[in-house]
Amino acid sequence: MPPPLEHDYIGLSELHSPAAAVGGGGAEDGALNLKDTELRLGLPGSDSSDRKDKVALTLGLLPKIFVSGAKRGFSDTIDGAGKWGLAAGGGGSEVEAGKGGALFSPRGERGGGGHGNAGNDAVGKAAGHERKDTGQVGDSAGNDRGVAPAAKAQVVGWPPIRSYRKNTMATNPTKNKEDANGKQGLGCLYVKVSMDGAPYLRKVDLKTYSNYKEFSLALEKMFSGFTIGQCGSHGIPGRDGLSESRLMDFLSGSEYVLTYEDRDGDWMLVGDVPWEMFTDSCRRLRIMKGSDAIGLAPRAMEKCKNRN
Amino acid sequence: MVRGFGWAAAFPDEVWEHVFSFLAADADRNAVALVCRAWHRIERRSRRRVFVGNCYAVAPAAAVRRFPEVRAAAIKGKPHFADFNLVPTDWGGGAEAWVEAMAEGWPHLEELRLKRMVVSDDCLELIARSFKNFGVLSLVSCDGFSTAGLAAIAANCRNLRELDLHENEVEDNCLNWISHFPESFTSLVSLNIACLEGDVNTSVLECLISRCPNLKTLRLNHAMPLEKLVSLLQRAPQLVDVGTSKFSADHHPELFSKLESTFAGFKHLKSLSGIWEAGPTYLPAIYSVCESLTSLNLCYATIQSPELLKFVSRCKNLQRLWVMDLIEDNGLIAVAASCKLLQELRVFPSDPYGVAPPISLTEHGLVAISAGCLMLHSVLYFCRQMTNAALLTIANNRPNLTCFRLCIIEPHTPDYISQEPLDAGFSAIVESCKDLRRLSLSGLLTDRVFKSIGASANRLEMLSVAFAGDSDAGLHYILSGCKNLRKLEIRDCPFGDKALLDNASKLETMRSLWMSSCSVTLGACRQLALKMPRLNVEVIDERRGRPLESWPDDFPVEKLYIYRTVAGPRSDTPPCVWTV
Repeated sequence: MPPPLEHDYIGLSELHSPAAAVGGGGAEDGALNLKDTELRLGLPGSDSSDRKDKVALTLGLLPKIFVSGAKRGFSDTIDGAGKWGLAAGGGGSEVEAGKGGALFSPRGERGGGGHGNAGNDAVGKAAGHERKDTGQVGDSAGNDRGVAPAAKAQVVGWPPIRSYRKNTMATNPTKNKEDANGKQGLGCLYVKVSMDGAPYLRKVDLKTYSNYKEFSLALEKMFSGFTIGQCGSHGIPGRDGLSESRLMDFLSGSEYVLTYEDRDGDWMLVGDVPWEMFTDSCRRLRIMKGSDAIGLAPRAMEKCKNRN
Repeated sequence: MVRGFGWAAAFPDEVWEHVFSFLAADADRNAVALVCRAWHRIERRSRRRVFVGNCYAVAPAAAVRRFPEVRAAAIKGKPHFADFNLVPTDWGGGAEAWVEAMAEGWPHLEELRLKRMVVSDDCLELIARSFKNFGVLSLVSCDGFSTAGLAAIAANCRNLRELDLHENEVEDNCLNWISHFPESFTSLVSLNIACLEGDVNTSVLECLISRCPNLKTLRLNHAMPLEKLVSLLQRAPQLVDVGTSKFSADHHPELFSKLESTFAGFKHLKSLSGIWEAGPTYLPAIYSVCESLTSLNLCYATIQSPELLKFVSRCKNLQRLWVMDLIEDNGLIAVAASCKLLQELRVFPSDPYGVAPPISLTEHGLVAISAGCLMLHSVLYFCRQMTNAALLTIANNRPNLTCFRLCIIEPHTPDYISQEPLDAGFSAIVESCKDLRRLSLSGLLTDRVFKSIGASANRLEMLSVAFAGDSDAGLHYILSGCKNLRKLEIRDCPFGDKALLDNASKLETMRSLWMSSCSVTLGACRQLALKMPRLNVEVIDERRGRPLESWPDDFPVEKLYIYRTVAGPRSDTPPCVWTV
């Protein structure tokens, strides 16, 4: 059955206006969490502090607060309630509902798509595409797109995990689990590599290398673009003719020292421990300027001096 | 044939009692009790087991009076959503009223099982003193008591067989409560203390275990170090059900071989749980028991996929598997290939609030299980993505599902490939699985799915709904369909007054209805309460201080709990709860 039938049951005419899917675009960002607020806004005057905060923070981004949830339930009471301070600007709720309709009832429209309705409009598809763009739900809805922090505010009691379990897991955290940098268990271990003075960082998968040599070659390839100048000034030849410990030479010659931050948060010199141990404990890398590395890499400095 | 049923009156009561003793199901006994006064009398005097699904549905004294010969009672208190902090802590569910009535009227009580109730130490002491032949105490998801109360149980219940403490909040103020079991105490069959925080005196426990030859179940708590665990378990090779403590320690070859030989000594082990903080070091030591395991609970074990896979795929006879999503799709595919007798699967999230999902557990794992495990009938699955196609496949593979609880962690998540709502998928589940008794929905859902559920889910007894639906129609479909619905719990759905009022009489056929963050107004609650005097309509509102009477009809109800009762409004409502 087409969706409109379900809405007709209540006797309310639903606004299925294929309004700006554009509205959908901006709204999709945090939409996943905004949906919580949308539903709750269905309760006029609902002013539990949680919701209020959420709404307040997102109002700026999405003034078209969706109110059709309320509309469906009890349109009469809305007018009487007079508690719509929360509804952005109050006025034009029809319009907003319409726009919001694109946001909220794209479900209906996509649901229509699900029914295989030939008449499924472009909006549904457009909204659908936008959903696709937002990628999998698992991606933090909103965080990547600069939505206000409220978009990530946790919903009480969701996901439905027993508080006993939550408390137990909190006191006994998954120790084997790597932090956000390492994707353990998937056969790759991406860590950030920063270089002092470089405009942006890189990420490398430590699992793709089996020893320091390969690793140093790869790093060198990645970062040579930033250090050509320095290389030149020290008279070190260009990137061709790769040799062992090239990175060490390259770095020691060019005032750079390769360091890493381990699990305990300490900055260590790369190369001291066996490769496996290094990949186990390394959380991020930093190619440090030699001048910062005093005391950290005395050998490097000596080599440097010896060369010159 | 003799006229009428007169000949039956000639049978002495004992004959009928004997006949009725073959009726295990409460529903059957209830039916029998309605036949005639004689049978009502005989049945009530011979009923030995009572199950009270809602502690406020009947007055304790009334229950005790009606069934004077009860030996085993099970009582449940708070609504299910109390598990997720949706119910105020002072809502109710106190056990005193029941324990007092039982102490008075059931002196021969042997078994007591309480779930989601507030049990005080005084209650425990009363239990310990009142029932001479007390044998089984099971407390699940309860709170309000401490180890001092447990000490009273230990000291006084001479014939205690089972002490089962499952996921309770227990205050630890009596460290040596275990030593309160007297030296003469030898009847223990089952001891589950997994939820206790504090250290338990190992040597005392060792003595206890040594003198209880019938001990079959031993579930220890997290705090015990591995070496102590090993020496403890060595004393009870007859164990059938073991819950270990911490399973990690620095590698000591000696400890490893001790662990190995201890577990090799378990000739009858069927059930294994605990294994908190397991590292790859010690897990191989217990490979020897894998083959015999029928139940494996690793839901707190933070073992990574490779080790997990190695372990679980050896458990060829597994019927129940509870595990974390660290098992990943690969692990589940291996389970599907190895564990052909699997009946129940629960997959818990290791990082439910995490931002990016580093765990590769998707719908594929569940689909693989549904294809490979022909006896699978119960599923609880936390994941982050789902498709209608996957649900359809699962529905087609496993029409024998009786419990399907899917939690897609992010609310409103659509089919990630087609971007459509998951209506079609869940509809397929209810249409295919004719014996489905429990269903939990998640993901993006419109009213359409409720239409399917209402129409097809004829055996459904419990339904959990969150962040779903478009309108009142959704609720109406459920309440006007689902013939056998007992418990309905809803949160954050746009369901409102009309559906509720139109289906008021349905609510009396159900145990309870929970609605929170929906679109119900106080006016509707008032109407409902007027219309249905045998329902308690409880409005829960923690925000306001003013009494309910002063609020207008259009006031939105934050949380609503409606349940049928013959006991009238309860007298122990806290300030945030009003019975309308």
